[in-house]
Amino acid sequence: MRALSSAYAFLIYGFVYLPVAVLIVFSFQGSLFPIPPFNGPSLRWYDAVLSDSRLTSGLAHSIVVAVLSSLAATVLGFLAAWGFARFVLPGSAVLRGLITLPLTVSYLIIGMGLLVVFTWAGMPKSLLAAGIGHVVINMPLCFAIIYSQMGDNQANIEKAARDLGAGELQVLALVTAPMLWPALFASFFLSMTFSWDEFVIAFLLTRFETTLPVEIWNLLRAGLNPKTNAVGSLVFGISIIFAIIFELVAFRKRPQ
Amino acid sequence: MTALVSVKSITHNFGAARVLDAVSLEIAPGSYTVLLGPSGSGKTTLLSILGGFLQPDSGRVMIKGQDCTSMVPAKRPTATVFQDYALFPHMSIGDNVGFGLRMKGVAKAERHEMAHAMLRVVGLETAFSKKPHQLSGGQRQRVALARALVVEPAVLLLDEPLGALDLKLRRQMQDELKSIQKRVGTAFVHVTHDQEEAMALADHVVVMNAGRIEDEGTPERVYARPATRFSATFMGESTILDATVSSDGLVTSALGTHLLPFSPPAGNVQLAIRPEHVQLGGNIFAKVRDVVYQGSFKRLVATPSASSDIEVLCRVPSDLMIAAGDEIAMRLPPERLVVLKG
Repeated sequence: MRALSSAYAFLIYGFVYLPVAVLIVFSFQGSLFPIPPFNGPSLRWYDAVLSDSRLTSGLAHSIVVAVLSSLAATVLGFLAAWGFARFVLPGSAVLRGLITLPLTVSYLIIGMGLLVVFTWAGMPKSLLAAGIGHVVINMPLCFAIIYSQMGDNQANIEKAARDLGAGELQVLALVTAPMLWPALFASFFLSMTFSWDEFVIAFLLTRFETTLPVEIWNLLRAGLNPKTNAVGSLVFGISIIFAIIFELVAFRKRPQ
Repeated sequence: MTALVSVKSITHNFGAARVLDAVSLEIAPGSYTVLLGPSGSGKTTLLSILGGFLQPDSGRVMIKGQDCTSMVPAKRPTATVFQDYALFPHMSIGDNVGFGLRMKGVAKAERHEMAHAMLRVVGLETAFSKKPHQLSGGQRQRVALARALVVEPAVLLLDEPLGALDLKLRRQMQDELKSIQKRVGTAFVHVTHDQEEAMALADHVVVMNAGRIEDEGTPERVYARPATRFSATFMGESTILDATVSSDGLVTSALGTHLLPFSPPAGNVQLAIRPEHVQLGGNIFAKVRDVVYQGSFKRLVATPSASSDIEVLCRVPSDLMIAAGDEIAMRLPPERLVVLKG
């Protein structure tokens, strides 16, 4: 029985991680094709990735889009959560539902919708357009995370700050945001993870300058080679780093 | 002496419910005022109006002769100690206490020095660089007090400050609050539903019920000669008797004629007497319904044979052998009977 359950666990983890493991192993392939036999390890394909200016600029674009869109999504999500938690708004429950609704809509639909709107508004395809798309998909998530962490106890603490002479901006900057720091940080890194991996919206909304996932797709159209493995491994490694930071912040045990 | 705070005919409603009904109150400089009442009496609403967290529907709040009715909390010369302390969880104790000074633009070094000094007053000087979660409930309470006092408010408002503490700590903090108040000389306004707390702390106790002030004065006066039936039964216990005053000044209740030292005006009145003032031996015969042993005394509930719908509360020595069902004779000393208003 014990052997059986171990075998089952082994199969499950193999099913999930084997493709990634194969991808990473063959990124160190010494020859031209990412297929057995393995004749490495070699860093030649990583060298090729880093000397490919399209891939390195895609990497830089992805980082800029991820950082700025996540920052915007976190700030907007925070302000929305604060508004809903601290003020009595007409139709509050409906509005709160509407703000989180994009979480359930597919990225394809959101991307197409934005494409139509931007075309109509005369805004060209660009990294900015893709960044706005990432704010649209990530802001509801940031809102949900931050709103869940806002309680009445904090409202009283804000009241105390006002009583001691703080203006609204000082309350937000010195009291509310620092109290919610773990939620803000977690929102930011989760947004980074999603923006970093996102393909559909970036594909639809960018043209000349684009993000790394779109560049990888361009590379794949020319067929498989260990270079795609190498860049895929890099993307995966960076995602893992974001995910670990998110887990550390979001699930860390906090004193009460 | 002119009043430090003067509340003028404040009325406030929450929806259809009237929570404060034309309340007027004066608070003397350096006094310890306790607003005492059951939940729903409007005491916390009155405190919120004093602190500027609520705008009254009508009436005015004057502090140091200045109309503060619609002034925001940040601008008022008041500071509040909240029931749940509301300390800033991410700041050290020193930064918590220094926050109000920081908002006033006091330089860091000076602010630290003042925070240190105020923490010394509340006996927590060593906690300066700790975080709130490292302190006990009683210690957090003292930090909240220091944080509010350091900005030198004209009036310090305390919203059930001892409510979250256990009984022993509450009695201990009571003594400390009183001594801190006497040391700093700031006027304190303290809200509570605990009448023992009110008697122990107050220079001036304000008994509130259903949005009105029922009675106010020194705790000694309010206890010994309560003005209304509510204050006679909320601040300590009392037996209440319906009585009539005849045109020649004779006061008669179901328990006989009472020769009061003075004559109230003719009509119907209510008389109150404290349990400890009811004496054994006399001409009122009663049956003991209930005996509760309370350590230093026994509390009796007795029904007079003359009128079975009256319950007389009485305290007797704890070594007196008495049980439910026993017959006793009682006396209500006329000088201890209080004539209540309306």
